[in-house]
Amino acid sequence: MILYDLSSVLIVTLPVLSFIFLALLGNRLKPKVAGLIGTASLATTAILALIVAAGYFFDFGKVDGTYVRHIAMQFQWLKFTDNLAIDLGVVLDPISVMMLLVITIVSTMVHVYSLGYMKGEQYFDRYYAYLSLFSFSMLGLVIAVNIFQMYIFWELVGVSSFLLIGFFFTKPSAIAAAKKAFIVTRFADLGFLIGILMLSYGAKTLDFFVMIERLTLAGSPYLASFTATSFLGMSTLSWALLLVFMGGAGKSAMFPLHIWLPDAMEGPTPVSALIHAATMVVAGVFLVARLFPIFAISAPDALLIVGYIGAFTAMFAALIACTQTDIKRVLAYSTISQIAFMMFALGVSGWGEGQNEGFTASMFHLFTHAFFKALLFLGAGAVIHAIHSNEMKDMGGLRKMLPITHFTFLIACLAIAGVPPFAGFFSKEAILSAAFHSQPGIFYVGLITSGLTAFYMFRLYFRIFWHNPVPKDSHNHEKHTWSMNIPLIILGLGAAFAGFIPFGSFVSADGKPVDLPFHPLFSIAPVAIGLLGILIAYILFGQKNDIANKISSALGGAYKAAYNKFYIDEIYLFVTKKILFNLVGRPAAWFDRNVVNGILINGSVTVTEATSEAIKPIQSGRLQSYTMFFLGGVLLIAALLIIKFM
Amino acid sequence: MEQVPLSHILILSSTLFFLGVYGFFSRRNLITMLMSVELILNSVNINFIAFNKFLYPHQLEGVFFTMFIITVAAAEVSISIAIIINLYRRFKTIDIEDTTTMKF
Repeated sequence: MILYDLSSVLIVTLPVLSFIFLALLGNRLKPKVAGLIGTASLATTAILALIVAAGYFFDFGKVDGTYVRHIAMQFQWLKFTDNLAIDLGVVLDPISVMMLLVITIVSTMVHVYSLGYMKGEQYFDRYYAYLSLFSFSMLGLVIAVNIFQMYIFWELVGVSSFLLIGFFFTKPSAIAAAKKAFIVTRFADLGFLIGILMLSYGAKTLDFFVMIERLTLAGSPYLASFTATSFLGMSTLSWALLLVFMGGAGKSAMFPLHIWLPDAMEGPTPVSALIHAATMVVAGVFLVARLFPIFAISAPDALLIVGYIGAFTAMFAALIACTQTDIKRVLAYSTISQIAFMMFALGVSGWGEGQNEGFTASMFHLFTHAFFKALLFLGAGAVIHAIHSNEMKDMGGLRKMLPITHFTFLIACLAIAGVPPFAGFFSKEAILSAAFHSQPGIFYVGLITSGLTAFYMFRLYFRIFWHNPVPKDSHNHEKHTWSMNIPLIILGLGAAFAGFIPFGSFVSADGKPVDLPFHPLFSIAPVAIGLLGILIAYILFGQKNDIANKISSALGGAYKAAYNKFYIDEIYLFVTKKILFNLVGRPAAWFDRNVVNGILINGSVTVTEATSEAIKPIQSGRLQSYTMFFLGGVLLIAALLIIKFM
Repeated sequence: MEQVPLSHILILSSTLFFLGVYGFFSRRNLITMLMSVELILNSVNINFIAFNKFLYPHQLEGVFFTMFIITVAAAEVSISIAIIINLYRRFKTIDIEDTTTMKF
């Protein structure tokens, strides 16, 4: 037991140690050594995570057939009052252990891959330092014992994401993207912070598990007082949870806070694979999952809103993904859509036996998605490495030139399209079945979206690997970059076989094993619509032809709107530049310039200056006049003393 | 034995003190001013000795204070002379009216 506790603490501390080491001494090391140190530290955490996961799931985690949480370490960090104390600690429960596995494995793969992909880049050591910082923050986020610890690490992942998006800091577009990501997620975190304050005020604690207990037990005084007041037809608790979800929506790029994620693709491709596909962007899903009992038992209305936002975002992002031409942007919108799948899976889930499949399905999809989406990004990175372009029109016919990339990319595409027996099939099936049983409306949205998913993924696949002849100015790196090929192969194995893990017996909302239903008849529709999507993609993009162009020009305005991302960015710009800047920014600037600067600052300067000019002549430089003042002072004091004691 | 009364000694020391103060204000020569300061210090010394003798004849604090003042005065003189020499090198004079640039 102590061994597992120690390992789980080490999982979090090793990356921060390597971050400190690389940040302080990285520039004195050879780039390759710095990279290997970062990789070795992450590989060690991956091994430790495997040990902890094996121990938790097969040894000490299960008590009487139920997985219980295990606090590996906890100590008080800040104590303000008896109610308000902030602890730091490590909690092991099914979802956090599952996340530890996902994060450490994908992060290790990305570390190895970056050895090849980022070779020769300037600031190679700094890149690895940032990666370590990110891994540390993300691991700290998932093992958080209280909501405030989570918030600290939540902001830390935001910072490391900012640093990594802006890694190529000489490119103006990268800097703009980094700022955009930071500001949008910060804005969302404002809601998160208010939600935290409301929740902790209502439950009188910050600790997740005490909070869940106090806010879910029927007859609890905390719950009663929290739900007593309502606003716009929803209880205060629901509003608090929705504000917390706003933070989650910002990180997980839910509509309408999704605008930062496509731009975040300015960062190096392995970073996109790690942060903007597999780990950080699912933090919002993880947050909702962490507070799931409160959502499901005490605020089903808030959970339903989560479900609807998820379903809408899934469809919306999938439509945009069909029209984009930058391959990383296609993948970014696909990520938004898939995370929205996880989100609405949580939204349609309920509490209790037979109703909480959605929770398990969501976590299952999170798990499989991490593998195939990271694989897709790393594959796209290999393609970009060979072609030196992100644009689809520069690609085509690469399947002979990059056989390993082609094969693993195909597996990932099949997995995300939900073709059996690849990983995505099982998790998506579970999500759709959970939706079908509780919210049929969301189920149909999900069904159509999974058809769209198959279509845009295979559009991407055919445009990259079939279609045109091989471009002339491409370089075949694949033969001598094994550091890039090995992660592709390992993640490919994950994308192909992760679906066979009996996930329901490990992860569930209440710790009891869930039997994920598998009906061959039910899966006919999703698989058929997926295959249809692939077929349409083949007809349109398998060979060079004009059908796709004709269709897009026939669609006219609709196509243009989707291509321009439904003008969401323009709406944001309009609101910020035209409305906020003019109505708030300019008056504030005027106030600052004239009142604060003019009256307060310059005014006090003038007064000080005039006074000093007036009293300056006293200091004449004549010694004897100084002594005269001195003598005068002495005599005055003497006179006062004499009067006093007379 | 007939003693010199305290008031006589105090008259002497106040005379010395005000002579020193007068000299400090009226002289323009830095050396003379320094000598005036010594006069002031010595008048204080006389006071210490006198009060020690008349008020606490069995104690020696006043005497010791005088010893300290003489020591400090010696140190002060050496520093003052050094300052005056530097002033002389800078201004070619030790007249206090001509060395008024040390301000604001």
